[in-house]
Amino acid sequence: MTPPVSHLKGLDYSVVQQCMHCGLCLPTCPTYDATKIERHSPRGRISLMRAIADGRLDVTRTFADEMYFCLGCLACMSACPAGVNYAELFEHARAEAEFSGVLKSPPRNFIRAFAIRWLFMDLGHLRFVGRILRLYQQLGLQTLVRRSGVLKLLPKRLRELEAFTPDIQPRFSAELIAPVTPAAGRKRYRVAMLTGCAQDLIFSDINRDTVEVLAHNGCEVFTPKKQLCCGSLHAHNGEWGMAQELARKQIEQFPPDQFDAIISNAGGCGSHLKHYHKLLADDPAYHDRAVLWDKKVKDIHEWLMEIGIQPPANHAPPQVVTYHESCHLAHGQKITAQPRQLLKLIPNLKLVELPESTWCCGSAGIYNIVQPEMANKLLDRKLGHLQSTGATVVANGNSGCLLQLINGVKQKGLKVRVVHPITLLAEAYRRG
Amino acid sequence: MSLGQNIISELRRIVGDGNVLTEKEDLIPYSFDGTAALQQMPGCVAFATTTDQVVGVLKLAGQTRTAVVTRGSGTGLSGGSLPSPDCIVLCLAKMDKVLELDRANLTLRVEAGATTQAIADAAGAAGLFYPPDPGSLKISTIGGNVAENSGGLRGLKYGVTRNYVMGLEVVLPDGEVLWTGNKCVKDVAGYSLRDLFIGSEGTLGVITRVLLKLIPKPAAQKTLVATFPQMDQAAQTVSDIIAAQVIPCTLEFLDRTTIHCVEDFAKVGLPLDCEALLLMETDGHPGQVADEAAKMESIARQNGAKEVRVARDDAEAAKLATARRSAFSALARVSPTTILEDATVPRSELAKMIRFVAAVAAKHKLRIGTFGHMGDGNLHPTFLTDERNQDEMHRVEEAFKEIFTEAIRLGGTITGEHGIGVSKKSFLPRFAGDAQMRVMRELRRVLDPNGLLNPGKMFDQ
Repeated sequence: MTPPVSHLKGLDYSVVQQCMHCGLCLPTCPTYDATKIERHSPRGRISLMRAIADGRLDVTRTFADEMYFCLGCLACMSACPAGVNYAELFEHARAEAEFSGVLKSPPRNFIRAFAIRWLFMDLGHLRFVGRILRLYQQLGLQTLVRRSGVLKLLPKRLRELEAFTPDIQPRFSAELIAPVTPAAGRKRYRVAMLTGCAQDLIFSDINRDTVEVLAHNGCEVFTPKKQLCCGSLHAHNGEWGMAQELARKQIEQFPPDQFDAIISNAGGCGSHLKHYHKLLADDPAYHDRAVLWDKKVKDIHEWLMEIGIQPPANHAPPQVVTYHESCHLAHGQKITAQPRQLLKLIPNLKLVELPESTWCCGSAGIYNIVQPEMANKLLDRKLGHLQSTGATVVANGNSGCLLQLINGVKQKGLKVRVVHPITLLAEAYRRG
Repeated sequence: MSLGQNIISELRRIVGDGNVLTEKEDLIPYSFDGTAALQQMPGCVAFATTTDQVVGVLKLAGQTRTAVVTRGSGTGLSGGSLPSPDCIVLCLAKMDKVLELDRANLTLRVEAGATTQAIADAAGAAGLFYPPDPGSLKISTIGGNVAENSGGLRGLKYGVTRNYVMGLEVVLPDGEVLWTGNKCVKDVAGYSLRDLFIGSEGTLGVITRVLLKLIPKPAAQKTLVATFPQMDQAAQTVSDIIAAQVIPCTLEFLDRTTIHCVEDFAKVGLPLDCEALLLMETDGHPGQVADEAAKMESIARQNGAKEVRVARDDAEAAKLATARRSAFSALARVSPTTILEDATVPRSELAKMIRFVAAVAAKHKLRIGTFGHMGDGNLHPTFLTDERNQDEMHRVEEAFKEIFTEAIRLGGTITGEHGIGVSKKSFLPRFAGDAQMRVMRELRRVLDPNGLLNPGKMFDQ
């Protein structure tokens, strides 16, 4: 098997050349909008990638930092008439940055080895940490520690991060969902449901709601207890080889020819899951299955609207809901209409449009952890728009954004519920 | 980087530390604009945020004999803001305030870095209308629009940027600040220096503020899409509409290649089985709109249109216009390099010119997509090529020479709205003639005796 390709120089040159630097991406790029500096724009970044491919620029620390300053929100891909595949360029550029070693430092190496390699390559490790964290929170230790003032001893950045620690669910997906859930009524489809990594710890309830909604609409749902990370974390952080390994394991665990659909309920994961054929393009043993896999992967909203769903009965209380789009659902997967259609099926639900609904909220995978300043600016902008709608509920289809919004709403003391559209649908079904 | 350290430190003092970029990774993204296959590294980038800072930068440039290339968002299509070697790129994108909307006089005063979109929005919010709409309006700056005298889709009825500029603040190359124009509809005092700076492509001064004319928003509009089995039929339709004394707001045309690329991107349901498409829009009083739309539809049908479709509502009309604006960039879907020009001919010569362009492409074995503002005779023949293929690039050059020669022969011009920049520099003397070239050279020498502003653009001193 060929070694993982991660060099910009090894890329098909036409991919970098596709950008004709017309500038139509500029107004859609959150980092350009905030700085008005071309280096922080899609065409600016592509020009740097091209300079490396041409041998006019070495992979420098500045280049590497720039690639990590990019949110990877892919808004530029929706704006680009020339059809530049920025997602591919961006992943290769980060891989190039990692490969060159310009960013290496002992603390960074340790964090990467711990998080990317240890925690997310084997989700048993992640759940183990999750259980410890859960215990810490359930025993009231977190409250105790926070009150004690001991946190003041931590460096400012760590203190800020501690405040971001998500609430761990009392039960993970495997404790809430049976490995096989039969379809309610006539079985129409056989689907697999990916429970995800962080999603499993923090939003296992959304996973349960997803399975319920699928079953309610005639899907027999497979959710094996032990699942894997989709690998988007690895691909977006320059670990091409690990991303490939996870893709192969996913395909082994869920052979795509055995399911009508493979369901993801997180926009970020779905966007990555639909491109396994690119990731495994050089692997003849997996390529064909990867092509089929990509066709079978469906975002939950996309799938439900495709198969047609039973509208919930008219027992729901009135609620005003706005919809914040996950970047990778809207720009990565081009799914914008379906979540709105789905929400509109819920009785007594009034959907109000969120201004700049497709503008990134700053979550962007782990961006809010590594680039807190820009992430907070984007969060403030989002919360301002959110308040302008007067909605008391904000729906969103990606775990990273949900966490970001939950934290933002908490910090600002807003009385707004942050929820996945599927949870709203599941609740409506439960009311009968 | 070969700009002296003293110049850099002085620049930092003038515009502030954070407003000067010198790292290679910062300069590469400023080494080009929206024009294909042109690249040149600047010495540094300086962002000015006030007129005083622009004055400071120009004085410093004069003292140190450093070239200055002014830039907005870098979306130009003739290389107008392409840096000259080791120059100071003076970027005005951060100087973007909307200063004053005068409802009594229907004017808008803005800083040069305000985007065309921000201006359209500010006008719209007051129930007014700023018509010029270049393809890159979402990000292009008004300073750039004025410097290039940009056009757009509505030129036919509403004219171009020049027709909306009432006044300008310009910093001259020696650092003196000049105001030309005012809020008066009539003003014939002295030479119209305002008109001299419009379209001067950054060679005579740096535009820092603009006073714009706004007009009432048209009460109604209607958009039609007509498709034709032959390109000639579309051209004839346009000629007949004008001859019938109907002046619609927009008469845009796309050829087959362009239609396919645009639809691939915008997915607005353009018909794919035709050779030419006309996007026609009329606006004004509802009665007049209905009347003109009916006339245009019947003229299109008389000329063999296969289908004439009316946009359902404003939203669909806006989508169609946005799709059309993406045409140039969308053509990049089929080839690595897209080189477009904007040869323009009198409208009576359109059909001839379109046939000529097709013949030239065939003769040089080049792929071409043609679209453009047919209503004002402004075509955008776009060659679909690869800049790494030298032989093909040479043929592209030859083809353009022939196209420009033919445009001039038909009484047209070598550029309708993109400007001369570097792309059309070699064609200007033949087009303009000795007398005009002499006057332009002398004017430039008077204002910029040291040749420091945008050197090498438009013509050599």
